[in-house]
Amino acid sequence: MTREVTTEKGATETEPNPADEARARLGSETSEASQELAPREFTDATRLLIEEGGVLRLPESAALDVDPDEFDFAEGDTMIINLGPQHPSTHGVLRVMLELRGETVLRAKPVIGYLHTGMEKTGEQLTYLQGTTNVTRMDYLSPLSNELVFSLAVEELLGVQLPPRATWIRMLMTELNRINSHVTWAATNGMDLASTTMMIFGFRERELLLSFFEKTTGLRMNTNYIRPGGVAADLPDGWEDDVDAIAETIALRLDDYDELLTGQPIFRERTEGVGVISPEMCLAMGATGPILRASGVPWDLRRSMPYLAYDEVDFDVIVGTVGDTFDRYAVRLNEIRESIRIVRQVLDKMPSGDYRAQDAKVTPPPRARIDESMEALIHHFKLFTSGMEPPEGEVYVAVESPRGELGCYMVADGTNKPYRMHVRAPSFVNLQSLPPLLRNSLIADTVAILSSVDPVLGEVDR
Amino acid sequence: MTETAPPATGVVAPASVAHGIAGLGDVPVSFSRGQEVLHPARDRYVAVAQALKEAAFVTCSDLTATDYLTAQEARALPEGVTAERFEVVTTLLSHERRLRLRLRVQVPETDATCPTLFFLYPGTENLEREVFDLFGIDFVGHPDMTRILMPEEWEGHPLRKDYGMGRVPVQFKDAPGPR
Amino acid sequence: MVEKSSFEWKGLESLSHNFLTGRLEDFVKWSRRNSMWPTTFGLACCAIEMMAAGAADYDLARFGMEVFRPSPRQSDLLIVAGRLSQKMAPVLRQVYDQMVEPKWVISMGVCASTGGMFNNYAIVQGVDEIVPVDVYAPGCPPSPQTLIHSILTLHEKVRTGEITQRRRARAGGAAVDLSSEVAGWTQPLPQPVRIGTPR
Repeated sequence: MTREVTTEKGATETEPNPADEARARLGSETSEASQELAPREFTDATRLLIEEGGVLRLPESAALDVDPDEFDFAEGDTMIINLGPQHPSTHGVLRVMLELRGETVLRAKPVIGYLHTGMEKTGEQLTYLQGTTNVTRMDYLSPLSNELVFSLAVEELLGVQLPPRATWIRMLMTELNRINSHVTWAATNGMDLASTTMMIFGFRERELLLSFFEKTTGLRMNTNYIRPGGVAADLPDGWEDDVDAIAETIALRLDDYDELLTGQPIFRERTEGVGVISPEMCLAMGATGPILRASGVPWDLRRSMPYLAYDEVDFDVIVGTVGDTFDRYAVRLNEIRESIRIVRQVLDKMPSGDYRAQDAKVTPPPRARIDESMEALIHHFKLFTSGMEPPEGEVYVAVESPRGELGCYMVADGTNKPYRMHVRAPSFVNLQSLPPLLRNSLIADTVAILSSVDPVLGEVDR
Repeated sequence: MTETAPPATGVVAPASVAHGIAGLGDVPVSFSRGQEVLHPARDRYVAVAQALKEAAFVTCSDLTATDYLTAQEARALPEGVTAERFEVVTTLLSHERRLRLRLRVQVPETDATCPTLFFLYPGTENLEREVFDLFGIDFVGHPDMTRILMPEEWEGHPLRKDYGMGRVPVQFKDAPGPR
Repeated sequence: MVEKSSFEWKGLESLSHNFLTGRLEDFVKWSRRNSMWPTTFGLACCAIEMMAAGAADYDLARFGMEVFRPSPRQSDLLIVAGRLSQKMAPVLRQVYDQMVEPKWVISMGVCASTGGMFNNYAIVQGVDEIVPVDVYAPGCPPSPQTLIHSILTLHEKVRTGEITQRRRARAGGAAVDLSSEVAGWTQPLPQPVRIGTPR
């Protein structure tokens, strides 16, 4: 095959193709190397995603009206419909634009921003002590994880060491929070798959945990309990009995869930084989948490890059095989069991001592001492009006929230407020996996898949 | 390699991992609280990320930006790095090494663009859109450079330091401005 | 030119009261407040507490309200639960407009009532800038008990007829055109929430 080359004068002349000459010389075919379609197992996830990822690239305000007169089912027309932002699937204000051919989803586009609260800008206006009230409202199903990551970032910047009891209390509260979040997820997931009983069961369990949180922290949700320097207050008397009762009751109730959902044929048919994602795709999309573990990658920050005292407790990392919706459900359910295991070990091993760092620049003095000591009063005043001032620097810390890797990138400029506070929200990044997951599924599966991704729109939109 | 701040108590500053990775060239490296930070120039950004991807940094944890309009003196950068108004901060994670590396790319105000990492790490799609939405930094080559959090017709980039808070006056607290 | 009919339908309250119509009106109000179905409009953290109020421990079913209808056309009550962002405001108005009269709005939580702790560019400072609100429930998030208190306050307002009269004076919804001199009634000042459960 020859190639035509146009010279500057406009005349065309043909040039012998070097490939022809080479072929003639070598007597064999040339290869197009990277231009050939490689077998699937050698095609990396990025290329697969770009070729067939199923992302609908359409502006949000594009016309979504379907003219029924022009729509022809027989010809295989596609239509674009809207799911949300107000819809009964109780995962918050998420809008998904779907391109459908009949019942099959071809392409999808999640549209977010309906809950954008400007929390990162608010974080620049609040002091380090006030900052936890802001971040706790991001992932409102696991507020203690948000507070934990913010406090860890501030403590890295300050360079304070915490007493062991503070660390173990934090671990207890975040694991109880994980149980709470997964139980709520199981409840709403069951509700989305039309098992209303599961909703009632899940919220019943949730009340047990919420009353413990209220007893310890003062609030059911959005607790502002884990603060830089430790925790706000010590565990109340009798907490061991409460936690023991919680652990026992929930372990028994998990058997109820197994009976209600895991063994039930309708649930299994609706979730098995639905919304499969490969490990390479998960890693390429940055998905973390149960989505990544269900697809087979054994990555859990508590085990791989331990923080708090997770290297001193014994627990398993639950890993799935297929990466479908059922695996994600099973991973979360078993993570509840593992969290109960951790909670029991914390019960046994909880050290005594201070529940917050005894550094007057970081933690306020006990309220009783304010009446007695002038210095205590001054420290209290300084801390609550202006607060701690970490030296300049930047840091990124991450914890394993029930949804995945929750990170906080904080830049300090020497004043009492962060210069930049960014939270890496797991659901924000996990939502990118939604188009590949939804591709070629049915509309009925859309809800199941969306629910199994477990987005919490508070942290998606911040 | 410069030590920008003392690491957390009891932690020894780790040896630089970046110096052991092929293909990075002579990227300036610094440490902040014991965490390693690379400062590639904007035109070397994708090449550095590619080299790190081949060195088993399998996933991009986070991609965000900072506006240093009001704190130019506050940050300590290694030699060879000119400070600009914006910085794009990318965190890459390696499962094998159990390590994170941060890349900080300086982006000037007058030419607020940056190459995209979408073709290396598709998981940066939403993250880069968010940076565009809130800071106004355009990512060259991104398939869908539109607003993601604010409404489509919103004007302005909220997380910039010269964008006001948008407060309304309330009792005992007058109108706009930081607290 | 068509002669205007001398009969104008002014709603139940305008019927001259005798024993029968009085009982009918009470019956209508009873049925309205005992089966006031909410729309699912949970936005943020308050939505979780709203779901908890609907669940077993704080059962809303005893008030006839456990059915959260996804379709606004089939519901009476809009509980705006959570912070309303600028992008979501047109959606709220659209959902409110799709509801049929009589309809009520409870603004649940401080973010919905006044913007809450988020006094910034992104959050609408109170949903009463978008929809008329009947009861404000404070809290961050309000516990299910607070939400139930606000619901019972609304029921009380429906029982005394206060709410329905206000709708009429504002000529809201259902394309009914009324002038205030016909009604002979002026809007009272809003009442603060009473301490203690209403009867």
